[in-house]
Amino acid sequence: MSVIVYTESEKGKFKKAAFEVVSYAKAVADQMGTSVTAVTINAENVESLGNYGASKVLSVNNANLDTFNAKQYASVIEQATKQDGGNVVIVSSSADSKYLAPLLAVGLEAGYVPNVVEAPSSVSPFTVKRTAFTNKAFANTEISTDVKLVGLSNNSFGLVESGGSTSVEEFTPSIPDSGVSVESVDKATDKVSIADAEIVVSGGRGLKGPENWALVEDLAEVLGAATACSKPVSDLGWRSHSEHVGQTGKPVASNLYIAIGISGAIQHLAGINSSKVKVVINTDPEAPFFKAADYGIVGDAFEVIPKLTEKLKAFKAQNA
Amino acid sequence: MKILVCISHVPDTTSKINFTDGDTKFDTNGVQFVINPNDEFGLTRAMWFKEKQGASVDVVNVGGPETEPTLRKALAIGADAAIRVNTEATDGFAVAKQLAKVVNDGAYDLVIAGRESIDYNGGMVPGMLASLIEANFVANCIGLEIEGTRAKVVREIDGGKETVSTSLPLVIGGQKGLVEESDLRIPNMRGIMMARKKPLNVIEPLDPSAETNATSFEKPAPKGAVKLVDADNVDELVSLLHNEAKVI
Repeated sequence: MSVIVYTESEKGKFKKAAFEVVSYAKAVADQMGTSVTAVTINAENVESLGNYGASKVLSVNNANLDTFNAKQYASVIEQATKQDGGNVVIVSSSADSKYLAPLLAVGLEAGYVPNVVEAPSSVSPFTVKRTAFTNKAFANTEISTDVKLVGLSNNSFGLVESGGSTSVEEFTPSIPDSGVSVESVDKATDKVSIADAEIVVSGGRGLKGPENWALVEDLAEVLGAATACSKPVSDLGWRSHSEHVGQTGKPVASNLYIAIGISGAIQHLAGINSSKVKVVINTDPEAPFFKAADYGIVGDAFEVIPKLTEKLKAFKAQNA
Repeated sequence: MKILVCISHVPDTTSKINFTDGDTKFDTNGVQFVINPNDEFGLTRAMWFKEKQGASVDVVNVGGPETEPTLRKALAIGADAAIRVNTEATDGFAVAKQLAKVVNDGAYDLVIAGRESIDYNGGMVPGMLASLIEANFVANCIGLEIEGTRAKVVREIDGGKETVSTSLPLVIGGQKGLVEESDLRIPNMRGIMMARKKPLNVIEPLDPSAETNATSFEKPAPKGAVKLVDADNVDELVSLLHNEAKVI
């Protein structure tokens, strides 16, 4: 019996979500009276997972796995789970983890619940709380299979350092044919992605045109934030679809979400509702976003945002 | 090429979400149901394959009789035939098993599903289906080209996109980008008339047990009132974010 956790890395370095899923796995393991085994693929410094509660690491190092492939990665995690006798498996909500999780669920014949936001309310029956209806509600969901697969919503549990140590074992699984091969990757390496970002700065039609996006980008740069946009902005082609957040775009679960010139249509609010603190800046005091936000400024973005960017620059310099 | 497009029957994106029966059931009262937006992008892309490459396009839904208007709409948009697996769609794994049988029986080459449905947002059915029928699978698709049995697919990844090559049989989880919003088709009168005559086959379900079960629902706690900061005093916002919200 153990709780298996897949800890994602990129070019050898763990993603922040990796430490969060281990922290979560530790909480689940404590509830079940068992321990956490982490599975790593081509990751460095795997001992660091001990600090978050992994007592064992199954470390896979194989050059054939340098490029992410959902089928191969799912197979590796499946083999590790079976070898370790894992009965709960935890993955994150990254694009890659959400891609491999359904394949893993079939391989393990595991009931799978994604978008989970809290530690289980009970481990027998195994019951977790997940978001539903694009964050407009939660569903308490029971998993009845022997092996259970949980996808943890990013930024929902946080990092918990428990300060333990870990034993590392090399694990050499068999690797199936990929079926899908990557031909090219187009990724801005110098920018924070919306999925990984702690802060997201988002612009709407209130910014009047793509030529004004320096406002959003400058503010994002000061905060180390990802940039995003509303659906109309992506539909108008002002910004790439990859920045569209909302019900039919990307979900946002950042610590801070700053909406500039976004009125706050119900579909937009649904997509960003998991963010912890929401700030809105809009000229229209009747904009629905003010009902969903924690902090708001009624004002013209073209005046307010440059001032805010300056003040934050000064704040950052002072607190550096 | 035989294409199957999976159609989820979901509440319109503007729906207010409520629950009944002691918060154990979704309240469908006054809710307008539509084709899941992610599926509609896929259906529109399938129409392109039909018109340009001579593909046949069937649509499928796992659900009760109440989902038939949604399937008829897909027929009005241009699908050739519809299949409804007559059982309530509860758990994603159970739905994937029902669909696997439909795909195997119909010998489909390409299955286009949405990235996720906008009601449960599980995003698990396409991957599970692919795994069950041992087909290739690409999630979060924003581009799809087929030539013979080879497929070129663009997948959205965190912070960018990647282009992959694979082969049929293939299952994809599609989304906006497969086609653009402006490419979506509103059924015309002729389409609607023709849809009435197209086959809608109801088939009885397999009997797989559900692996997961939503026992109760809850809504987020009501939000406190927004704290307004004067536009001339952005210092205060910085201070609130630092000292009160502790997010910077």
